[in-house]
This record gives sequence, C-alpha cells and structure tokens, in this order.
Amino acid sequence: MQESALFEYVLRLSDDSLILAQRLGEWCGHGPILEEDIALTNISLDLIGQAISLYDFAADLEGKGRNHDQLAYLRYENEYKNVLLVEQPNGDFAMTILRQFFFDAFRLPLYEALMQSPEEQLAAIAAKSVKETRYHLKHTSEWVIRMGDGTEESHQRAQAAIDHLWRYTHELFYEDAHDQSLQAAGKVPSMAEIQAKWMATVTSILQEATLEIPKNNWKFDGGREGRHSEHMGYILSDLQYMQRAYPNMEW
Amino acid sequence: MTQAEKEIRFQEKIDREIKIEPNDWMPDEYRQTLVRQISQHAHSEIVGMLPEGNWITRAPNLRRKAVLLAKVQDEAGHGLYLYSAVETLGTSREQTIDDLHSGKAKYSSIFNYPALTWADIGTIGWLVDGAAIMNQVALCRTSYGPYARAMVKICKEESFHQRQGYESLMKLCSGTPQQKAMAQDAMNRFWWPALMMFGPSDADSTHSDQSIKWKIKRFTNDELRQSFVDATVAQAEILGLTIPDPNLKWNEARGHYDFSEINWEEFWQVVKGNGPCNKERLAARVKAKEEGAWVREAATAFAKKRAMKKSA
Repeated sequence: MQESALFEYVLRLSDDSLILAQRLGEWCGHGPILEEDIALTNISLDLIGQAISLYDFAADLEGKGRNHDQLAYLRYENEYKNVLLVEQPNGDFAMTILRQFFFDAFRLPLYEALMQSPEEQLAAIAAKSVKETRYHLKHTSEWVIRMGDGTEESHQRAQAAIDHLWRYTHELFYEDAHDQSLQAAGKVPSMAEIQAKWMATVTSILQEATLEIPKNNWKFDGGREGRHSEHMGYILSDLQYMQRAYPNMEW
Repeated sequence: MTQAEKEIRFQEKIDREIKIEPNDWMPDEYRQTLVRQISQHAHSEIVGMLPEGNWITRAPNLRRKAVLLAKVQDEAGHGLYLYSAVETLGTSREQTIDDLHSGKAKYSSIFNYPALTWADIGTIGWLVDGAAIMNQVALCRTSYGPYARAMVKICKEESFHQRQGYESLMKLCSGTPQQKAMAQDAMNRFWWPALMMFGPSDADSTHSDQSIKWKIKRFTNDELRQSFVDATVAQAEILGLTIPDPNLKWNEARGHYDFSEINWEEFWQVVKGNGPCNKERLAARVKAKEEGAWVREAATAFAKKRAMKKSA
C-alpha cells in the first residue's frame, strides 16, 4: 500500500514538472525580450531535469521495468496526474508568469519539507530541486511585482491573469488516501502546512505588486484524478507524437 | 593627423595583428561592415531558434528534449553577446532589431528552410552548425576585438551543438529503416542549403576583398565552402548517408573534393525573401516584439519608479 501510495505521489510531482515544462517550451523563440526567452527555456530545462529524476524514482517504486520515457510518453490522458494549473495555455506573458509564480510558491515549501523525508531518494531529489525552484520563485516574484507596479496596462494584465488562474490554485493542495497514508508514516508534509506557506508568499508578493487576491473562490480540480481540461489532449498530441508515430524505436 | 594618415596607421595595426577596440579610430566603412556582419550573425542566431524551437514540444524522449532546450538557449545567448558586440560599435540592440524587421538586415538563409522531421534537428546540428563553425573558427581571429572574443565562446558551444547533432543522427542511422530513411531525407533537403551558407561564390561576392584586407574575414567564401565539403564527406560515410550530388568526387590533383555548381538562382531567390519560410520567420519575430512591447514598457516604468524611490 505504501509503495503504491508513494508511486502515485511521485508521479504527481513528475507530471506537474513535465507538463509545465512542455508549456514553457512553447515560448522558445517568442519571448518579449531575449533575456526572458532564455529564462523561460531555462526554467523548462530545470523542470525536465526534475521530471527525469522523479520518473526514474517512480519507475523503481512501480517495479514493472518501465523507464522515465515510458512513463512520460506512453500513458493515456487519464493516467496523467498533474494539476489543471500547469496545463493551462501560456496566454500572454502575464498569464505565463502568474501560472509559474503560483506553482513555484507551492513547489518551494513542498521541496523544503520533502528534503526532511525519510524516503532517501525523494529527499535527495528535493534537495537538488529546491535550489532551482528558489531561483524560479525569485524570478517570477520579481516579474509579478514589476508588472503589478509597472504601467497601467501591465497591472491590468497581471490582475486579469490572477483572476483567471485563481480557480486552479486550490488543486495544488489536493489530498486523498494516498497522501494521508504517507503523511501518517511521516514521509510527506501535510498539504495544509504547504498551503499556509503558499498563501503567505502569495499575499506578500501580490501586496508589494499592488495586486489583489480575487474574492471569487470558485474552485476547479480533477487533474490529480486524471480528469483534465480540453487542453491536455493537445499537449499530449505534441508530446507523444514521435513515440506514437514510430513505436519502439530508440532516439 | 589627416584622414589618409589615420587610415595608414589603422591598416598597420591590422597588418601587425593588433586587435581594434571600440574606442580606437576606425574607417567608417570598417565600422559599417562590422555592424552589417555581426548583426547579420546575431539575427541568424535568433531566427535560427525558430525552426529548432518548433520541435521542443515534440522531441522523442526526455533527454533529447533537454538537449534541444539547452541548445536553443545557447543560441539566444549567442544572440545576446553579438547584439552587445554591435552596441560597442555605436548601434543599439533596438536599432539592430528594427533593421531585421524592416528587411534591411539579413540573416542566414538556411533558416528559411523548414524543419519537417525529427531528423532535421540532428541534421541542422551536424551540417548547419558544422558550416557555421567553419566560418566562426576563422572569426575567432577577426581584427575587431569584441567580435573575436565573442566568437571564442560561441565556437565552444557550437562544436557541442555539432557533436550532439551528429550523435543524434548516428542513432537514426543505426536504427530502423524508417529512421535511416528519415535521416537521408533530411540530408537530401539540407545539403545544398548548407553549402549556400558560405555565401555567393568569390567572383560574385561584393564585400570580400576589403574584408580580407581588414582581416575581418580570413578566408574567402569558396575556400570555406571547400573545407566544409572536404571535412563532411567522411562524416557522411560513417553515417552511411549519401550526399545528394552525383558529381561529388575526390580530385587527386587539387587535393580536394569536386562538387556540382550550386543552384544560385535558388540562393538569390531565398536571399530576396522567396524561400519557403522567410515570411513566417520574420512574422514570428515581429509578433514577439509587438506582443512583448507592454512587458518592456512595464520593466522600464518599474525601474524608473524604483530609482525615484531610492533617490527620494
């Protein structure tokens, strides 16, 4: 039970990383300034690296002889367990940065907590990833502040992105029986603890950016259970294209 | 000192292999030639991100995806150093980019060809970066200091790009018949455009003589093209790929490979904007600039606000 709970847990982390990396990769060559083209692809690259380590670990836990590419490329849509937030379209630069900011503000305290996990492999991946994530959060926080306190247009765009994405943020803290059994065993932190830290970061950065937390608290979820938005099928069409069109080949 | 004396002293420096630095006196034409050449190179890096970037989401496995991301990111970095090198000559990045968008400045025509299959990504690394390296290794000794120094760093990364491209093709060529066919198809489409990357033949090159005298260029277009063909034939043999030129043959007397005449009409058509992707490439760059305008304005406005707060 614990093995399969941990597999599920690690798969969620992997899928979040992969799908967000896939989205960020779409920016390549189209960024608003060259420096941001580099920054967004760099974050994407870090997330791919994290996904490889996490999928490798998940594959070991599963023990069915699958490798990271088989997990990343050869599952059906409802077997991907990423949150809906990461599959949302890039939109404008404000939408991409806010999506990333909400995610980073969640990932940082999560990795910090997982570094203490008695699951050594998970703790090691968290320790490596935490440094990258700290940098990502710093980068996106700075842009949130710059947009919020920049021009009227940038303020409006940032606020519109927050208003749109807010409904997807609650799912970051999703918990089910898998999480609860791992928490009871002291292997992973409680999501309430992570959510409190996330809220503190979000509140302080949005305040500095003169942006507001939306009053509408309507929540969307489903990703963690494999129910995705319409966007997901298109993401997978691109992601899986080569593996599906040319099955069982080495690249 | 008269203009003529300045020019003599300038040429003496060049002849003695002393690098020209941003604050040194230089003839206007030398400056213009460098601005044209370096900005063209910078634009090639940036436009070159598009055909490869379009495969990032479709890369066949996670390792290849990571390598491709890293490579395209390097290219953005090269664009940055080169735009900075142009700035040392007194032309801003903004101006340089505007010249690209207006069609005044050019970029390497190779990027006006489409990247249609995964094999194209390996082939671009092998042939296109390979051809670029032939040019760029020579540019590490170019007479203008900032350009030469930028090229040293760029060459190191480009040679990694070429190796990863070749390695990726090795995989295809030792794979299934479908993979091998994919690699051969990419070779067939990219061979001639890669040879065109060295520019017009020496007889038709308008800028060559003066550039060689100023040691901006060290070798002529045809010399570099020949070196590239000579180096590439053996690499193609190892892969088991056929170079699409029935006249390609070792010439013992010359000590070089002979090869067919390039289709210069196609070359000039693509330069003039009639390649398969010229319009799409430029449109993508213009769109990125226009859609990013509010981001750059926000950053500037924010920096001003913060500076005022600090001084208050």
